[in-house]
Amino acid sequence: IGKKVQAIYLWWHKPVINKELLQSLPNLKVIANSGVGMDHLDLKLVASFGVKMANAPHAVSSSTADTGMALLLASARRLVEVHNISISPSMEKYCEVDILGVKVTGATLGIIGMGSIGYKIALRAKAFEMNILYHNRTRRKVQEEQAVGATYCKKIDSLLQQADFVMLVVSLTPQTHKLIGKRELELMKPTATLINISRGAVVDQEALLTALQTGVIRAAALDVTSPEPLPRDHPLLKLKNVIITPHLGIKTDKATYMITEEAVENILAALNGLPLPSEVLPS
Amino acid sequence: MFRRRGSRMLKIMASIFGRTNSPYKFIRSVTSLRCRCHRSLVYKQGYRTLACAERQAITAGIKVMAEGELPAVLILDIGGTHGVLEDLAALLKKHFQLITMKEFLANKEEMSKKIQSVFVFERRPTIDRELLESLPNLKVIGNSGVGVDHLDLKMISSFGVKVTNTPHAVADPTADIGMALMLASARRLVEGCQIAVSPDTKSFAVDWLGVEVSRATLGIIGMGSIGYKVAQRARAFNMRILYHNRNQRQKEEEEAVGAHYCAKMKDLLQQSDFVMLVVNLTPETHKLIGKKELELMKPTATLINISRGAVIDQDALVEALQNKVIRAAALDVTYPEPLPRDHPLLNLNNVIITPHIGTATVQAIRTMAEEAIANILAVLNGQPIPSEVFPK
Repeated sequence: IGKKVQAIYLWWHKPVINKELLQSLPNLKVIANSGVGMDHLDLKLVASFGVKMANAPHAVSSSTADTGMALLLASARRLVEVHNISISPSMEKYCEVDILGVKVTGATLGIIGMGSIGYKIALRAKAFEMNILYHNRTRRKVQEEQAVGATYCKKIDSLLQQADFVMLVVSLTPQTHKLIGKRELELMKPTATLINISRGAVVDQEALLTALQTGVIRAAALDVTSPEPLPRDHPLLKLKNVIITPHLGIKTDKATYMITEEAVENILAALNGLPLPSEVLPS
Repeated sequence: MFRRRGSRMLKIMASIFGRTNSPYKFIRSVTSLRCRCHRSLVYKQGYRTLACAERQAITAGIKVMAEGELPAVLILDIGGTHGVLEDLAALLKKHFQLITMKEFLANKEEMSKKIQSVFVFERRPTIDRELLESLPNLKVIGNSGVGVDHLDLKMISSFGVKVTNTPHAVADPTADIGMALMLASARRLVEGCQIAVSPDTKSFAVDWLGVEVSRATLGIIGMGSIGYKVAQRARAFNMRILYHNRNQRQKEEEEAVGAHYCAKMKDLLQQSDFVMLVVNLTPETHKLIGKKELELMKPTATLINISRGAVIDQDALVEALQNKVIRAAALDVTYPEPLPRDHPLLNLNNVIITPHIGTATVQAIRTMAEEAIANILAVLNGQPIPSEVFPK
C-alpha cells in the first residue's frame, strides 16, 4: 500500500509526518494541510524527500477573522461569565458592577500580524468604528491602510501602549515564539484585553498567567494554547477573566468544506505536475 | 464654522461631566442655557471667540448648580443589587439633590414637594399611580435606557409629567451585543469554553463544528437606529442583509449597508441563517415570533433577541429548540428577567442567555446617565427636550 500513496491530506495535524513515514512512502508527491499554519511540519525534512507541501490560506481567513471578533466581543462583554450567572441554579444576586463589560465601538484595536487574516479582522473592526493600529514585519500599501483606517506601528511597544484590545494574528516562527512576554504585557494598559488566534507558543503562558492574576491586563481570550488542550489542573482554566476556546479557528461546516476543496486543488496540481495554488516552501 | 465650534463646546460640556471623546448631540439643549455674560448664549448666531463661548457654557453649567438649592431627583437607591452605581450617584450629585426611595418614604411630607424628577435606572423605581400622586411637583421621569415598556405612558402623562429616554447612548453597545451573541452562538463559543475547561476533556474533537457567519444571511427585524448599526457591522462580515420594518428605509441607507427590504416578514424568516429581533415592545410586536414564525425559519437558523423577552412566544421557542425546528437561540432578554430557575430554557445547550447586558459597559452606563441628566435638566429649565417619549 505504501507504494500507492501519492498524496497525504493532513486533517488537524494528523497523521504525524516523520522521517519513518516519509521513508515508507516512496511515491509520495504532496502533503496538503487542512489549514494555514504549518508549524507542526518539519518543512526542511519533507522537502528533502522531494515532497511538495501546500496549505489552505484562502478558506481559513474569513472564518478565523470571525473567531477573532467573536472572542474580542465575548471577552469585552463578559459573555461567558454572565451566561453562567443567567443559568445558574442558585439565584445568585449579582450587582450591576459584576456584569459590566467594556466598550467595543470606538475602542482601539491593535493587530499584531497583518496578513490576510489580520486584514480581514481590520475590515470587521472598522465597522465597529474601532481605531485600528497594526504591527507587521512589513508595512502595507497606503491604499490598503486607508481602506480600513489602520495606522502602522513600526514599534510593537507603541501599539501595546495604546490598544484597548491586542489581537495576535501571526504565524508561529522562531521570531514570533514568545513574542508576548512579561515586558509586552506590562506595556499594555491595565484595562486592555489580549486575544490570541495565532498559536499558543506566541505567548509566554506563565507571564500571561501572572499578568492576569495581578491585574496587569484586564482579560484574555485564547483560541490557542500550549499545549492543546491544557492540562486539566492548569491555573489558566480557573481564572474568571480568561476565555479559552477549543481552537475554534475554522471549525464551521462551510470552512471545513472549503479547506478540503482547496487541499484537493493543491493535490491534483501536484500530481499533474502543475504549479500548486498554495505551495509552502521551507524558509 | 458653527459645527466645529459646536463640537468644541460639546467637548467642554463633556469634560464637565468628566468624559472625553464622544459626540453629544443631546447636550445641545444644555448649552443653550442663559448665562450671566452680557451677550446671550445662542450658539446659532454670530461669531464669538471660542474662549468666551466656552466660558459661557461652563458658567451656564455651573449656574444651574450655584442658584440656590439643586433640583431634587428621586432614585431607588445607591449601590446594592438594584441601586444606581456609586460613580453615577456622584455624577447625579453634581446637578441634583439626590433622594433615595428610603429617604423619601421616611420623610414623605418634606420630601414629596421637593422632588421634581425621577431617575429610572434598570426599570427602578417602579412608577405607579401611588407614587405619582405623592409627588405633586414632579415634572419629569428620566429613564436610563431607550425601552419604556415598563412605564405606563398614558397614566404618567395624565399627571402632566414628561417622560424621557436615552436613544443615543444605547445604540452602539446594543448593536455590539447583537453581534456578540450572533457570533458566540454561531461558533458555539459558550459550549466550547465549557469543553476547554471541563475536567473530563482529554482532546478537542475534530468533528465539532459551528456554523459560518461570514457570507451568511442575516435578517434584521426592526431597522431603527440600533438595527441599522447592526447592519453596518454585519456588512463587514460580507453578510447578506435582509430587513423587515414598519417602513422601508431610504434607498441610499439601504445601499450603504447592502440591505434588502422584505415587506413580508415571512420572506425574511424563510431565507435567513440568522434572525435578529431589534424592535421595541408594543402591542403590535408582542409575541411577534411564535410557533408559525419559528416553523418558517430554516432548521439551521439561529434566533437572536436583543429587544424584549415578550417579543417572542417563549413556550413556542422552547418547543422549537427542543425539537430542532431551529438550530439555536441567543437571548439578551427574556420574560421575566430573570427566568425562574426551573425554566426549560436554562437547560438547553443550544441557547445562550445573558442578563440584559445590552448597555452594560462602564462607558455606556455613564453616557446613558449623562443623556438622562441632560433630558431632565432640559425639562426643568424649560428648554427643548432632546428625547421626550409620548404616549401613542
